[in-house]
Formats: sequence, C-alpha cells, structure tokens
Amino acid sequence: MYFETVAELLAMDGHGPYVWAAYGITFATLVWLVAQPLVAKRRQLRELRGFLRRTEGA
Amino acid sequence: MHPLRRQRLAIVLLIIAGTAAAAALLGYALRENINLFYPPSDIVAGKAPVGRDIRAGGMVLEGSVKRASDSLQVSFIVTDYQANVPVTYTGILPDLFSEGEGVVVLGQLDAEGLFHADQVLAKHDENYMPPEVTDALEKAKSQSGAPEPSKPY
Amino acid sequence: MWAWFHKWSSPRWFYQLSGTLLPWLAVISLAALIVGVAWGLMFVPPDYKQGNSFRIIYIHVPAAAVAMAGYLLMATAGAISLIWRIKLADMVLKCAAPIGAALTFLALVTGAIWGKPTWGTWWVWDARITSVLVLFFLYIGIIALYEAFDNKEAAGRASAILALVGAVNIPIIYWSVEWWYSLHQPASISFTGESSIHPQMLRPLLLTITGFYCFFGWVLLLKVRNEILHRERSTRWVRDLILSR
Repeated sequence: MYFETVAELLAMDGHGPYVWAAYGITFATLVWLVAQPLVAKRRQLRELRGFLRRTEGA
Repeated sequence: MHPLRRQRLAIVLLIIAGTAAAAALLGYALRENINLFYPPSDIVAGKAPVGRDIRAGGMVLEGSVKRASDSLQVSFIVTDYQANVPVTYTGILPDLFSEGEGVVVLGQLDAEGLFHADQVLAKHDENYMPPEVTDALEKAKSQSGAPEPSKPY
Repeated sequence: MWAWFHKWSSPRWFYQLSGTLLPWLAVISLAALIVGVAWGLMFVPPDYKQGNSFRIIYIHVPAAAVAMAGYLLMATAGAISLIWRIKLADMVLKCAAPIGAALTFLALVTGAIWGKPTWGTWWVWDARITSVLVLFFLYIGIIALYEAFDNKEAAGRASAILALVGAVNIPIIYWSVEWWYSLHQPASISFTGESSIHPQMLRPLLLTITGFYCFFGWVLLLKVRNEILHRERSTRWVRDLILSR
C-alpha cells in the first residue's frame, strides 16, 4: 500500500476532497444505473402476471 | 439485398456523409476560433488582436519567472521556442505552474506586446509517472550527461 | 452470416442468450472495478507532477471511453433499425441512450473535479471539453425525442436519425486534442506505440476500462431484457415464461 495510514489515504496530500468527491459521485451514479433496471424488472413482472391473468380469464 | 433495404441503406449513408460534410465545413469556417489559445509565434507575428480578451498558450521559459517581493505580481515569458511573449499577472498561480511547464493565460495584449493576464491555467502533458521514476531519470541524466530520452521512461 | 444475424435479432432468442451472459458480465465488471479502483486509489504511487489528484484517471478515462463507444453502438443500432426494421436494434438504441448519458455526465463531472487542482479551473471552453458536452446533449436529445412521440415506431425512427447525425461528433471528440490547441492533454494510452503513462499506473487503468465496458454491457442487457418483456407481453413465450415462475 502506498499510504501509511488511513488518515493519509483520506487526505491524499490535500487532494482528498477532489479524489473522494469524484469517486463518490461515480459510485452513486453506477449504483443508480444498475439498480434502476433491477427494480423496474420486479415491478414489471408483477404487472405482467396481473396482465396475463386478466387476459387468460377473458 | 432487398431493393427497399438498399434504398434505406443509401439514405443512412447519405445522412452520415451529409453531416460529416457539414461538420467539416463548419470546422473549416471556424478553424481559428476553435483553438483555445494563440501560440506565441502567432502573437508576435501580429495575428492576435490587441486589447481584446484572448488566450495565449505555450511553455513557461526557464529562468523567466520573476515574482514581486511586496505583492502577488508575477511576470514570466511564454514561449513556443520560436517566439516569446512576456506576461504579467497578479494573483495566485495554480499548483502545477512552474518553469518549463505548459501554461494557458487569459487576458489582453497591449500595444507594446506585453500580455496582461487575468487568469493563468496550468496545462499538463500526457505523461504520467511515479516520482521515483523521474528521480531515477534525473540521476541518470546528471551522471551521464546524456540528453533526455524522448519517452520519459 | 444472415442466419446468425436473424437469430440474434429475434427477441426471444436474445432474451434466452442474454440470460446466460448476464451473470458473467456482472461478475467480470464488479471484479474488475473493485480491484482496479482499490489498486488505483491505494497502491499506485502518485504522479510526479499532479500528485494524488491523478487518481481520478481511473474513473474519468473509462467513463469517457465507454460513453463514446456506447454512442457508436447506439448509432449502429439506429442504422440497423432504420434499414432492416429490426425491433431489437430499436430497443438497443432506446436502452443505450440513458446509460451513455450517465457515463458522459460522469466524464464531465470527474474531469471538472480533476481540472480544479490540476489546471486551476473547473471548466474551460476548449475543443475537447465542449465536444463532450455536445455528446451529453445528443444523448439527452435522443432520450427526449424518443419520449416525445406517441407513435413508438416514429419515435424510434426519429431517434435513430438523430443518433446517426450526431455520430459525426465522435471523431471530433477523439481528435479534438490534436486538431486544435486545447487545454486538455492528448491521449496517454497508445494502441500502436508506447503509451506515455507508466506501466505501473497503466495496469489498474486497463482493469477499470474493462470494468466499465462490462458494466455498460451488463446494464444494457438488463434494460433490453425489460424492454423485450414489455413489448412481447402478448406473445406465447413470454406468457409461458412468466407463468412458469
């Protein structure tokens, strides 16, 4: 490991706020990108089941 | 291929060719304006307007940086190794500003050819190296006196 | 070749095949991203000039690269859907746009955060940065255009044409740093010669680039599969699939 302590890793010689902000925004965006279709799929399967049951009954 | 599809393919190719031609013409018409800055040789040759906001870019000439002792005023020379433009600036310089490094300055040129900068940006190059590697390079250079290799490692 | 083309363009076939591909893409992208980011943040030495702020490279470059590659994929899908009227290509166009927009946003934001300590400014209107901003607006325009039409066939066609027109921007972004004087530095990774980034720093970058590409593929497949289920909801195979679960 390049940094000696966790505090040094967080500070990054003064560049910490920039580096961690960039990584934080990226992490949040990637999580949102992958979570959105997963949530949509659950909702869609629920709706499809209802839709199919209705058309089946008709 | 089905004639209808061939026709659609032709339309698609036409769209691509048309926009490429439009973009090329636009780029040609704006060719000077898309450049972010003027190189010093253009400024010395009188191609840059005087008294208007422009940007100049090049290297900070080694040994040219002079700081005022009582203020944040600093003067240096921007060069492309063909021509030199003297720059004066009052303010805080970016961390990466140093002699022999790339720089882009925003400001106005006066009639004497002095550039009054309102903003100084450091321009860095595409080389990324760990500090130990540059130290080793410096050492090797000073020992052998050999010229710096074109690639830094 | 045409048989292969038609097989892949069948939504049902694509749904089944993508289902087996999905876990692989997920595992590879997560592994490459976690290892690459940890390596780049904690183990690689800082840059001799930029110091630790250079570590932003491990997300900035992959985001920008995949945003551009994703656009080419989307424009190709647009061309295929215009010429052959293949439904799957239209779905790929529709689903790739929001992912590309998000990655372009990331490239712009991480670039701005990097620019402040490195150049001394968050933003500058140079050719590279401005053309990437245009890429972002193209993605947004394609999403908006797709939503603007009630008739989905017309929506797909209009978006495909916009995607094709915007494709001219990709070579402009790529070569902007060489054609014009810009503040942005030229590329550090070279495919033909020696890269100007030290191998020690390059290795984790190659990992995160791989990770971002696989991530794009993963999310794209998730979205396209949802779209397939929605559009094919009245077919027998979707009914059997849903009711058998």
